[in-house]
Amino acid sequence: MSALIALVVAAVTFGTVLMFGTLGEILTEKSGNLNLGVEGIMYMGGAFGLAGAFYYEKIVGEAASSGFVAIILAILAAFLAGAVASAIYGFITITLRANQNVTGLALTIFGTGIGQFTGEFMRVKEGGFVALSNHLKDAFSSTIFPDFLKNIPVIGKMLFSHNFFFYLALILALAMHFFFSRTKTGLYLRAVGESPSTADAAGINTTKYKYLATIIGGGISAIGGMVYIVTTAGCVWNHSGLSGVGWLAVALVIFCMWRPLNAIWGSVLFGALMIMYLRVRIIFIPTEIYKILPYVVTVIVLVISSMRNNKEKQPPASLGVNYFREER
Amino acid sequence: MSSETVNIPFVRLAKRESMDPRKVWAIRIGSIVIAILLGMLPMFITGNNPFKAYQIIISGALGKPIYIKQTIKIAIPLLGCALAIAPCFKMRFWNIGAEGQITAGAIAASYFALNWYDKVPSFVLLAIMFIAATIAGGIWGLIPAFFKAKWNTNETLFTLMMNYIIIGIVSWLQGGPWEGRKGSQIIPMFNDSARLPVVFGIHCGWIIVLVLVILMHIYMNYTKHGYEIAVIGDSENTARYAGMNVGRIMMRTMFLSGGICGIIGFIVVTGANHTLYNGVANGVGFTSITVAWLSQLNAFAMILISIMLAILTKGSNTLQTKLKVPASISDIVIGILLFCMLSCEFFINYKLIFRPRKTEIKEASV
Repeated sequence: MSALIALVVAAVTFGTVLMFGTLGEILTEKSGNLNLGVEGIMYMGGAFGLAGAFYYEKIVGEAASSGFVAIILAILAAFLAGAVASAIYGFITITLRANQNVTGLALTIFGTGIGQFTGEFMRVKEGGFVALSNHLKDAFSSTIFPDFLKNIPVIGKMLFSHNFFFYLALILALAMHFFFSRTKTGLYLRAVGESPSTADAAGINTTKYKYLATIIGGGISAIGGMVYIVTTAGCVWNHSGLSGVGWLAVALVIFCMWRPLNAIWGSVLFGALMIMYLRVRIIFIPTEIYKILPYVVTVIVLVISSMRNNKEKQPPASLGVNYFREER
Repeated sequence: MSSETVNIPFVRLAKRESMDPRKVWAIRIGSIVIAILLGMLPMFITGNNPFKAYQIIISGALGKPIYIKQTIKIAIPLLGCALAIAPCFKMRFWNIGAEGQITAGAIAASYFALNWYDKVPSFVLLAIMFIAATIAGGIWGLIPAFFKAKWNTNETLFTLMMNYIIIGIVSWLQGGPWEGRKGSQIIPMFNDSARLPVVFGIHCGWIIVLVLVILMHIYMNYTKHGYEIAVIGDSENTARYAGMNVGRIMMRTMFLSGGICGIIGFIVVTGANHTLYNGVANGVGFTSITVAWLSQLNAFAMILISIMLAILTKGSNTLQTKLKVPASISDIVIGILLFCMLSCEFFINYKLIFRPRKTEIKEASV
């Protein structure tokens, strides 16, 4: 039982990373923009989020640093990095009308480069090692709930022992669900993604919606990269662990059928797949083969979701297609 | 203010009918120059002299004959892989699984290199490895194409996931069945008979790749297949109405593309590394997308672009050792290059019409 609980807790920790990435990309794709740069965005979020927390601690000193402020700064730094990266993507695809696929790939190359560069540069500049104090590390990975809730057998660990970011992602998923289904702005955004020409004719400013959704969505995705660095990676820059996570997030968007609520359990499920090789041993299967499990599952998910041609579960109709008012 | 002046926007867009090809290339080359200038920013921010940095990059890549050889060795797989990707991208089939297809080819070639080296003469062995690598790479590319053709499965993610799967398999081979010394996690070096001969100081992979350039140019521009690919890229529906079997063409093209990637895998393991490890593709699959796109899918332009990116990659390593600037600067510059190249197409395709000055005067007087 305790092994199962430990697995769930670890799955949720990794799932949080994926959840931010997925939620951000859902928001972007709802506006009809397919941003394939999530991988690069998450790298940038990771490097700049870590930089935010690290330099904050360096400036105010270890003793005076507050965990709460560090969390806020890390989130802000990551969000800004992601927002700037997606603003570049937005400018090139929305205003300059370039191909979304290639621009997204370019953003992946650019973003992984920037993330790597920043992470490495910080390491070299700070004498070979960038790490936060244990006090801040605890702040990043400990729960916000009081002990008595955490100490409830089984449920306490499963529900109340996760880090702050998980609950933030949870709230975000609920808020996005509410936004898409219950607010006028959310409905407008969906209209832009489904049929920009109709939305345009109805007087909706499609350019504004596309820009905002892309930039905010990119910022949210970037937070995921930061969460990976400050929780799973133990507050040091670790690019190898982050590689592929952004792409999984893009795949998860399809798996979740563009629904924020599905992203919650989808992310935790894939979080479990990602860390299972560390926790659950299966005899006859070598670790290296075990590690590719999430990718094999993703392929199977892609195939199954494409085979089932359900009218309800389709991507936004204009996804990946740029909208030019002049070209009808 | 009169309503007349308000209705004229500051800048309008109009589609260009055509443009002088010399002007088109001037814009493209201009965008590359802008990208190189923008690439100075990160060096400047990190407190280095950008001019000196570029100088180190150039001298680190071309300064000595041995550096030039190393740079060309980097350019060979980039060029070959860009050639492989070109027909897919022309078809608007986003194959980003070149990395995996290279690895698949490398595995197949390595199998024969490790097991058959004492059974057949060298040139027969190399031929077998070549064919095996082509088929393996082709099949690895065919799988996503099959599902795309049959159920319209998202090929971008499918091809990408195939990368992680095959690289994981190499990691397993490295630590398992093909491991040399127990516990070393390394596959033994190939026997001399399984290595590519050296021509002019560089393994003969460069000859294979240059032949591929010519073949690909002919294939894309002067064959029925190339025509079909171009039509599908422009409009899948048009291709269907014209009676083309889109699914079959996709699978055929992806098998070809994967096959060429497999050849690159063969060249890398037999020519450069003489062994197999999980980083055999080493990001080539991604960088070559840049090569293909920057050269507008033109096979001959790819030669220049791949050499340019190889200089950047090789030089960045020198930069890292000399100025302690992380080598990932090359990725940043490559990313900026792509951004600029994608953006400049806008100025080729569209004309900006600014509000005539007359209305400004009118506005001021109102």
